[in-house]
Amino acid sequence: MTKQTDLRAEATAARLAALSVPPGAPWATEARQAARARLLAMGLPQRRDEYWRFTDPASLNAPDPAPAGVIADDESPLFAATDPLRLTFEDGQLTGADGPAMHGATVETLAAATAADDHWAADLYGRLEAEGQAPVARPFAALATAFATQGVAIRATGQADRPVHLVRRHLDPGADALLRHVVRVEPGASLTLLESGPIAARATSVLEVDVAEGATFHHVRTQGRDRERRAATHVFARVGAGARYRSFTLTLNGALTRNEHVVTLAGEEAVAHVAGAAVGDGAFHHDDTVFVTHAAPGCESRQVFKKVLRHGAVGVFQGKILVRPGAQKTDGYQLSKALLLDDASQFLAKPELEIYADDVRCSHGSTAGGLDDAALFYLRSRGVPLADARDLLSLAFLQEALDEVADEGLAAELRGRIEAWLGRRR
Amino acid sequence: MLEINDLCVELEEGAKPILKGVTLRVGAGEVHAVMGPNGSGKSTLSYVLAGREGYAVTGGTATLDGADLLALEPERRAAAGLFLAFQYPVEIPGVGNMTFLRTALNAQRKSRGEPELSAGEFLKVVRAKAQQLAIGAEMLNRPINVGFSGGEKKRNEVLQMAVLEPRLCILDETDSGLDVDAMRLVADGVNALRSPDRGFLVITHYQRLLDHIRPDVVHIMADGRIVATGGPDLALEVEANGYAGILAGAS
Repeated sequence: MTKQTDLRAEATAARLAALSVPPGAPWATEARQAARARLLAMGLPQRRDEYWRFTDPASLNAPDPAPAGVIADDESPLFAATDPLRLTFEDGQLTGADGPAMHGATVETLAAATAADDHWAADLYGRLEAEGQAPVARPFAALATAFATQGVAIRATGQADRPVHLVRRHLDPGADALLRHVVRVEPGASLTLLESGPIAARATSVLEVDVAEGATFHHVRTQGRDRERRAATHVFARVGAGARYRSFTLTLNGALTRNEHVVTLAGEEAVAHVAGAAVGDGAFHHDDTVFVTHAAPGCESRQVFKKVLRHGAVGVFQGKILVRPGAQKTDGYQLSKALLLDDASQFLAKPELEIYADDVRCSHGSTAGGLDDAALFYLRSRGVPLADARDLLSLAFLQEALDEVADEGLAAELRGRIEAWLGRRR
Repeated sequence: MLEINDLCVELEEGAKPILKGVTLRVGAGEVHAVMGPNGSGKSTLSYVLAGREGYAVTGGTATLDGADLLALEPERRAAAGLFLAFQYPVEIPGVGNMTFLRTALNAQRKSRGEPELSAGEFLKVVRAKAQQLAIGAEMLNRPINVGFSGGEKKRNEVLQMAVLEPRLCILDETDSGLDVDAMRLVADGVNALRSPDRGFLVITHYQRLLDHIRPDVVHIMADGRIVATGGPDLALEVEANGYAGILAGAS
């Protein structure tokens, strides 16, 4: 055994020492045991791993999280105008549900779903995650599948008449959240999932979503403003023929955030848009790791990620488009850009295209740069103070990502949060 | 109102002297034209007055209503009443024209201790002025100058000038890239702003703009200095004989 595998095995054993596979129906136990076996086989990530070169996994691996300060949430609740069904998670534990009755979708706790002998989630739970482990291992996702007791199971069978909003609260500075959500949007159905609020000192989460033929799934979430949070989140999505998947993540602050997206366009003419905007300063490390697979012909994918970084903040983008043999007429697009407000900040990008079909259109671009001096002077020459001019241009820079939010009301709310964040950083 | 005394400026990079002692006074209600061949320092004069980076003032002074312009940040110069209509207005994707104008106007008002305008009040002000310049709602709602034609950009500059109501307007080659109709529209917009308590410094290479915006005083600039000053006839002389004739006469 080499020293490296020793370290990996030690880290994995240490993290797993206090975790056990929760009780459940036979199918759930089988899925969890399989995930546990996967995790033991691959081990927790190490800095030398290809996809962890830019992000140190040590604090995510540690048996206990580093404590994180609890922030006073002094902003009005997000997404209230959508009149959602609200599920509240305090330190990663579901503590309440409120809002009007929901039509078009059923919502259960993960515990209830995994206790039922006969359940729709039996075909899905752990499956997309397991498929998403190749060619790149995602150990934290397997960890969540194996050990999480908290989460929701949502099945949309029609046009859901309101969004489901996961409202997170962080109360205990040492809270460690392990969350596992599973969503199925049946053929032709539609659902919007919203998430907001500080989650815990540390979070390890997975959302597995199966968007069936002709179905629509929108996911809009915010992370922040808890400065000391560490999180490894994963979304595994399978998008069926003619189905639409749209995802947007706004990240404000956070000591370490690793957001992984694994999206497979599985049926013809499926569409997936994955986007994110992140702003951070100082001890802010933000990593978007995205893997989009075109497995069927005529599909469209878009990745649009933008980050504003300052005072030594670090942004990472690892994005891949894989076009499988036969996925002709693929339309793939990938954009990752960082605005560096000072020399201390940095952006590390690794865009990848891997194409095994000949009739495809794939483009990608990745840039990092400072504010445009000419634009800054133009604004100031009209009387806009320097700090405001910088904010206007930072917001303008992020707009391209915000444009990916289909709902204008939600986009305006998110924009307001960014403006407030910029305003506080004066 | 605007007083420039023996202003000497060099490019920060390479310490290349550009302005070599410019002296100029623009009184309230006056329109002064600055003409000169390429490279004479006309545009540098406008940038230095507006506060663009990259220039080092090595001597002289510039004041507006007694305020030392050269000591102020660009935004404070704007609040003091200075406005530069750019030769090449900057395109800024992602910032709406209206948002920008309102932010600018309210920042200036705030800086002067005046109350900010509400969205409704602001809209009323802008709509009326935009109409005079044939600027429609579509143009107002686009990002700043993005996808604007040359004429649209210059009209947008004049709109900003009309909304911000500066004390002193500097027009830097506002005629460049304009066809006859666009030039008339822009000139009408500028002329509408002429008033007894506002001054203009119109920088141009050609006389034709001055057919539309009649100057009170014409200065000829060459090699970083004002080499001749006269009435509107001086511009006509340039048109007839070129700069060479005047420069020969001045030296």
